[in-house]
Amino acid sequence: MRSFCERLLALVFALSVVCVAANAARADAYEDALANFLADSFDDTIEGINAVAASGHPLAEKVIVALQDGRLLFSAEEKRVFFKDEADRLFDAASGSPATGSPPADLSPVRLNNRLRRIIEATLGSLTLMAPDPVKRFEAAQAVFKSKDANALPALDQAIAKETVARVKRALTEARAAVILYLDSAAETDKIDAVGIMRERGDQEALAVLRGLPDSNPPAVRQLAADAIASIERTLAAWETVQNAWYGISLGSVLLLAAIGLAITFGVMGVINMAHGEMVMLGAYTTFVVQEVIRTRYPGLFDYSLFIAIPLAFLIAGFVGVLIERGIIQFLYGRPLETLLATWGLSLILQQAVRTAFGPTNKDVGNPSWMSGSFDLGHITITYNRLWIVVFTLLVFVLLLALLRYTRLGLEMRAVTQNRSMAASMGIRTGWIDAMTFGLGSGIAGIAGVALSQIDNVSPNLGQGYIIDSFMVVVFGGVGNLWGTLVGALTLGIANKFLEPFAGAVLGKIAILVLIILFIQKRPRGLFALKGRAVEA
Amino acid sequence: MFIPNRAAAGRPLIRRWLIAAAGLALGAGVVGQPAQAQETIKVGILHSLSGTMAISETTLKDVMLMLIDEQNKKGGVLGKKLEAVVVDPASNWPLFAEKARELITKDKVSVVFGCWTSVSRKSVLPVFKELNSILFYPVQYEGEESERNVFYTGAAPNQQAIPAVDYLMSKDGGSAKRWVLAGTDYVYPRTTNKILEAYLKQKGVAQTDIMINYTPFGHSDWQTIVSDIKKFGSAGKKTAVVSTINGDANVPFYKELGNQGVKATDIPVAAFSVGEEELAGLDTKPLVGHLAAWNYFQSIKSPVNANFIKTWQTFTKNPKRVTNDPMEAHVIGFAMWVKAVEKVKSTDPNKVIDALPGIEAPNLTGGTSKMLPNHHITKPVFIGEVRADGQFDTVWKTPGLVPGDAWSDYLDGSKELEADWVTLKCGNYNKVTKKCGGA
Repeated sequence: MRSFCERLLALVFALSVVCVAANAARADAYEDALANFLADSFDDTIEGINAVAASGHPLAEKVIVALQDGRLLFSAEEKRVFFKDEADRLFDAASGSPATGSPPADLSPVRLNNRLRRIIEATLGSLTLMAPDPVKRFEAAQAVFKSKDANALPALDQAIAKETVARVKRALTEARAAVILYLDSAAETDKIDAVGIMRERGDQEALAVLRGLPDSNPPAVRQLAADAIASIERTLAAWETVQNAWYGISLGSVLLLAAIGLAITFGVMGVINMAHGEMVMLGAYTTFVVQEVIRTRYPGLFDYSLFIAIPLAFLIAGFVGVLIERGIIQFLYGRPLETLLATWGLSLILQQAVRTAFGPTNKDVGNPSWMSGSFDLGHITITYNRLWIVVFTLLVFVLLLALLRYTRLGLEMRAVTQNRSMAASMGIRTGWIDAMTFGLGSGIAGIAGVALSQIDNVSPNLGQGYIIDSFMVVVFGGVGNLWGTLVGALTLGIANKFLEPFAGAVLGKIAILVLIILFIQKRPRGLFALKGRAVEA
Repeated sequence: MFIPNRAAAGRPLIRRWLIAAAGLALGAGVVGQPAQAQETIKVGILHSLSGTMAISETTLKDVMLMLIDEQNKKGGVLGKKLEAVVVDPASNWPLFAEKARELITKDKVSVVFGCWTSVSRKSVLPVFKELNSILFYPVQYEGEESERNVFYTGAAPNQQAIPAVDYLMSKDGGSAKRWVLAGTDYVYPRTTNKILEAYLKQKGVAQTDIMINYTPFGHSDWQTIVSDIKKFGSAGKKTAVVSTINGDANVPFYKELGNQGVKATDIPVAAFSVGEEELAGLDTKPLVGHLAAWNYFQSIKSPVNANFIKTWQTFTKNPKRVTNDPMEAHVIGFAMWVKAVEKVKSTDPNKVIDALPGIEAPNLTGGTSKMLPNHHITKPVFIGEVRADGQFDTVWKTPGLVPGDAWSDYLDGSKELEADWVTLKCGNYNKVTKKCGGA
């Protein structure tokens, strides 16, 4: 760190010198600096970054940004450095003009490691504090906050004075506070103010700054910092409960999504379907195939790939479900053990079939842009993919409930499961309804696969990971009741997430299993037991 | 149980179907190749082609078939053609032992290349000892073992874990002061983390600066753990994660890291079980800069490697097929076995086992690996950073080859032990009590 600061000191000194120097000298310094990128050594590249930044050349920022993005290339043979723009066009880095002729054969990117990336971020931060784009200024402020580089102080003061956007101004002030706290020569009153600013920021990064405070700070400042740490920790602990609850809901929604199809086939129809997980897997592979087609033919549609995959996955998994019911399960009603064995064998066959068709390795299913990244709500981070899965799960749940409650098919399904012979004598084709119900359950499992492909591996084993959890949810919630499945899934999810921080993931899982076993002893029919004659059928 | 009985008429048909299904499902596997008229040397391949581990092991089966094919094109060994005998232990640990017995007694193979997980290796060990055959084990593992019948061509902890930690402590690696040791809950991560913990403490890292976390196999909900890592990293000291998370669980882990914005410049993750194959199922752009430690990377430029990649992609008829570290281990192991057999002009296990230590074979990164008396080999160690194209960029490597150490020097009860099958004829010789037979 020290040598880095010294270099930056040199950099700032050089900057001020260069500012008054003639343009010609500037160009010379810049070209000399570029030569550092030819050596393919990390130390030389650092020299290069500092020298390029110090040269004050108009292309300096462009070259460093290109380096950051891996678009800075060099040819050791021709001793020339190039950069590519976002559109992949090649430019000569020395002149900034498009490269003419065929590019050199040994053209390769200037390599980076994490240390270099940090230096680049810090350098760019100092360079772009006054950038016209407020987003860039904000990023620059963040970079300085992290690097705590004392030499950026004058530029920070200048930037704060000029700043008009409130958000950026706050970031700049916080960056300044971070610098002051790590600067031995800063006045005690400034430092006390700085601690206050950190306390106000109150997040984990502020905590990191305060905890890492150098011992050279005056005792008063250290005392204040300790108070601030305690206060921030208290607030964060409260937020942690909120965060655990959110994680629990998120895990619960995944469990619900995986179990909801099973709630139909097992819960409503009473079929122990061990191949349920493989329906989920088929849905995930459908997503993969859809994305492959989109990638090769219509790359512009990638963000919509999931919307295309959802109906397809429903149809494919539903169709396979109908085939399974007509081909195997209809002969096994009332014989749960044989159903279990047959569907288990079937699940192995399906897995191996997919493994043969697609290969054993994981398939790359991408996240559409609206499902990547996260946003901060207070002091918790919410990732978009989890958020959308929660929304999607609830949507599926409501639709399914409506289908069972308000459509003719739903009515017939309920009639057949409640009293088969009565339904048959009312003219309902019970065999057909069985097939449709099983198809519906499987189709929903397929939809679940589309969503799960966004957070889990798409491999032939995808389904296995969910089958036990799904049965647990359905049994816990109460067989034959969709609301029970909802409450069961969310309860298990939240309980799991509140246990995990204390017990760890492994013990947490065991604890949940034990709790369920105990619960089933007390209430063998689960949370929401069906009552009445239907149960005895 | 839930639904009135019906369709009793369908019973015989279903029973037949069930038997067929069960037969297909359970017996899926044995793909022994037809016996050939002329005399051949049989090579057993014991890798899971179905079940959880198929994702990693199928590739190793393919690479063995390719190596045997190449060797046959060169005229085989001792004037005889090699014949591959492939069995499928289906990621089922007891089945590994059964299949190993089948390979040795029924198929009479001269050598077996196989296993991936430590538990599968432990399960076949007694079989190889009892029937006195040879196993080449190609995967990085936790060490603490040296058997007469097993040759370990993957990395021991001192050839992967320790150098990776050294790198993370160095200036280039970010001078890490706080450590998260995250792993899947089984023997390899637990032993490796025990060794690393001892090593870190020896380097002066306080207990409060080490966080150890285990997750079940196939763990897919990483929200809590990633936010715990973020929290642990906010102590004002540079933090690094050492990951022994295995197989499938990695994809959701890295996705969660990317989504929660944990960047390699803030908290780098150095993984020991993530290679080119694992990254193939992942969008790697958010992961650029995270690290992996291996003895081989596909991106390493050397003439042998370029040649190997070309042969591999032609053999698998897939120009995008990647190569990885355990594949290289098989390449080295196979070359060593061929050399040893040619040296003693026999496939007799006792002669080959005695001949193997000291045999040298070129590795794919331009050096020459050597089989040591402790049945481990010398290997270079590379630290690579994930690139946006799913390959690794070597950012650091050991100056020379590192000899594999069977017994860790950092664990009590292990540091006194030494394995030497040449002079001591012992896999766990105690240097203090001067006795063979452990601590």
